[in-house]
Amino acid sequence: MTTRIVELRQGILKKNDELARVLRGRFETAGVLVLNLVSSPGTGKTAFLERTLCELRGRGSRVAALVGDLETDNDARRLAASGAPVRQINTHGICHLEAEMVSRHLEGWDAVELGQLDYLFIENVGNLVCPSSYDLGERIRVALLSVTEGEDKPLKYPTLFNSADVAVITKMDIAEAVGFDRRAAHRNILEIRPNIHIFETSAKTGAGMDAWLEYLAQERVHRGA
Amino acid sequence: MHELSIVSSVVENVIDSLENYPGARVTEVRLRVGALAAVVEDSLQFCYGIATEGTPLEGSRLVVNLVPVTVHCDACGAEGAIESLQSFRCPSCGEPAGDVRNGRELEIEAIEIEDKEEVKS
Repeated sequence: MTTRIVELRQGILKKNDELARVLRGRFETAGVLVLNLVSSPGTGKTAFLERTLCELRGRGSRVAALVGDLETDNDARRLAASGAPVRQINTHGICHLEAEMVSRHLEGWDAVELGQLDYLFIENVGNLVCPSSYDLGERIRVALLSVTEGEDKPLKYPTLFNSADVAVITKMDIAEAVGFDRRAAHRNILEIRPNIHIFETSAKTGAGMDAWLEYLAQERVHRGA
Repeated sequence: MHELSIVSSVVENVIDSLENYPGARVTEVRLRVGALAAVVEDSLQFCYGIATEGTPLEGSRLVVNLVPVTVHCDACGAEGAIESLQSFRCPSCGEPAGDVRNGRELEIEAIEIEDKEEVKS
């Protein structure tokens, strides 16, 4: 019996990465700016997205959303109230979205023609660890953090915050009531991801949404989406 | 925890690569896992036994080589490992350094296989 070493040097998630590359190409060709929203459960991704979809539609943009959860289509129904096409992805126990799930849910989505969209938002499963490993073909990864979660969350979950392109602090309307230390939060985010854009928002009052929407519009221009 | 998904992908990829070595049995799988890859070795080891059951990988060792996070510093040009995952700063000059060069790896480096015993004539 002979024993030997076979060098493989291959990415464990190469199937996901390859599919994500294909998706990214499709999104670019279609001219749609795709964003992947990640945070822990309860940060307010859905409320933030609801407000974003409504405001963008109000400004004449064409938007759609895919929303991931383990179970239920509650979030999709909530987001659909914005009037935008929304499709639920149920992962049935899987703690993150994968490129294959995005791809599968884009197929046969009659309400959506990618070429007719300006923005596609993908709301990931609420989880601050696992989604960081899975590329969904997005152009911008948005990490959200609410004022109730503790300013040191980025230090506790560096892998996710380091993989983000943009950070959004949510629920700013209750920042004072919960004793949110704004400077510490910014410092911690920047310690993990130097130079990242940080937005402070309230989906409830709409505070900070203008800066966020302005950023989205600029990204579409800059990236030629 | 998504280590079971990761380990299942490892098993799938290794089985694919065994096509070139018919009848071979796997005795060891070596991974390179970056400190930013968001996986925990203990969980990988725990899932490995379950995921390899009934496959040509059953009973094999899983070796996990951790890759430290290195950054390139725009300020001074140095490249090196960061001191902690809580601070992405240049190890030479201390300026914030966001240009990560290593530490996101999630790779199968190599496998050790045992070829099928030759039939003696």
